[in-house]
Amino acid sequence: MRLLFGMVLALVVAAAIGLSGTWLALTQGTAYGGVTIGAWTGWPKNGTPGIDPYARAIVARTGELPIGSGDGVAFYARTDDAGQPLDGRCNVLLSGVTPQARFWTLTLYDPEGRLVANSAQRQGFTSQEIIRNADGSFDINVGPRARPGNWLPTGGVEKYLLVLRLYDTPVGMATRTGREAPMPAITKRACS
Amino acid sequence: MIRVALWLLGALLLAGIVHLATVLVLPRMASQDAYARVSAIAPVNAVVPVPSPTPEKAIMPFMDPAFEVSICRYDLSRGPLKFSVPIGQTYTSVSFYTRSDVAYYAINDRAAGRRVIELDLMTAAQRADLPENEEITAADRLIVTSPTITGLIVIRALAAEPGFVPAARGVLAAAQCRPQ
Repeated sequence: MRLLFGMVLALVVAAAIGLSGTWLALTQGTAYGGVTIGAWTGWPKNGTPGIDPYARAIVARTGELPIGSGDGVAFYARTDDAGQPLDGRCNVLLSGVTPQARFWTLTLYDPEGRLVANSAQRQGFTSQEIIRNADGSFDINVGPRARPGNWLPTGGVEKYLLVLRLYDTPVGMATRTGREAPMPAITKRACS
Repeated sequence: MIRVALWLLGALLLAGIVHLATVLVLPRMASQDAYARVSAIAPVNAVVPVPSPTPEKAIMPFMDPAFEVSICRYDLSRGPLKFSVPIGQTYTSVSFYTRSDVAYYAINDRAAGRRVIELDLMTAAQRADLPENEEITAADRLIVTSPTITGLIVIRALAAEPGFVPAARGVLAAAQCRPQ
């Protein structure tokens, strides 16, 4: 009797911990092998056959196609440089330069990876569209209300993330530091 | 007391096995992965345009709205496939994914070094069956080996500004993937 009780209990505990561990890893966690520079993290290995099992499971669950490593690399930012989550009701300044690449695109998504509706019909910028400063750097205002210069509207959503994609770039698995790949700074300004 | 501790230890080991097994099995079980989503709009062995993502509707999450995209959902069970896309003024890339959405090869217009990206797609077995004559092994024939019989070829052309969308669509419209 005690043996049976112990077995059933062990099985239930095992199933509960194992499954919740999987669920947490796929929804909250982030895969291994990322390259973090400032607030940005990229997983260049996800675009190769060497993609790790956790990233494969995440990709299968969300239904996205990771960008191939011969094509480019994507960097994700969910927080500002101070670690505060990006809030669409606040103004955020994105400033600086990007790593060497033939093109880059910056896109704003909600946490599920959908584009965010807004009156300006703008979901992002490409390196060709951006207005630059005299020294080649740029400033992008990310916020709910229209601003002069480069304005990326948030549509007032509570949570969002920014994805910077570099195309035809030397940035990849060998990249380790911000000196090789300078990423734009993300600074929080006033909230409305 | 020791008995309970042993049971707990056993349970934790089992929990680890359950966790790893589910992570490994999930990609095979997923019914809403990218391949399944694309299958809803793409016939086999033909290039079809993918609608650009909008806030209301997108076939996959995290699509880059700066690109025009076409997809060829391939099936090599009847033989190898010929793929070609001309190169225009805009950045163009071709990425290959297995049935389970693993990117195994990607090439862009500059890496191709020619006016057209042209290649043969086949499985490892089909490649081994190729007759070894010189014409076929000529260096200008690019052969890509697919790890799976089915999969996706994703052709993407950059429209860096809204005005470049027609040019990008034009490049994609000329893409071809057909059995040999």
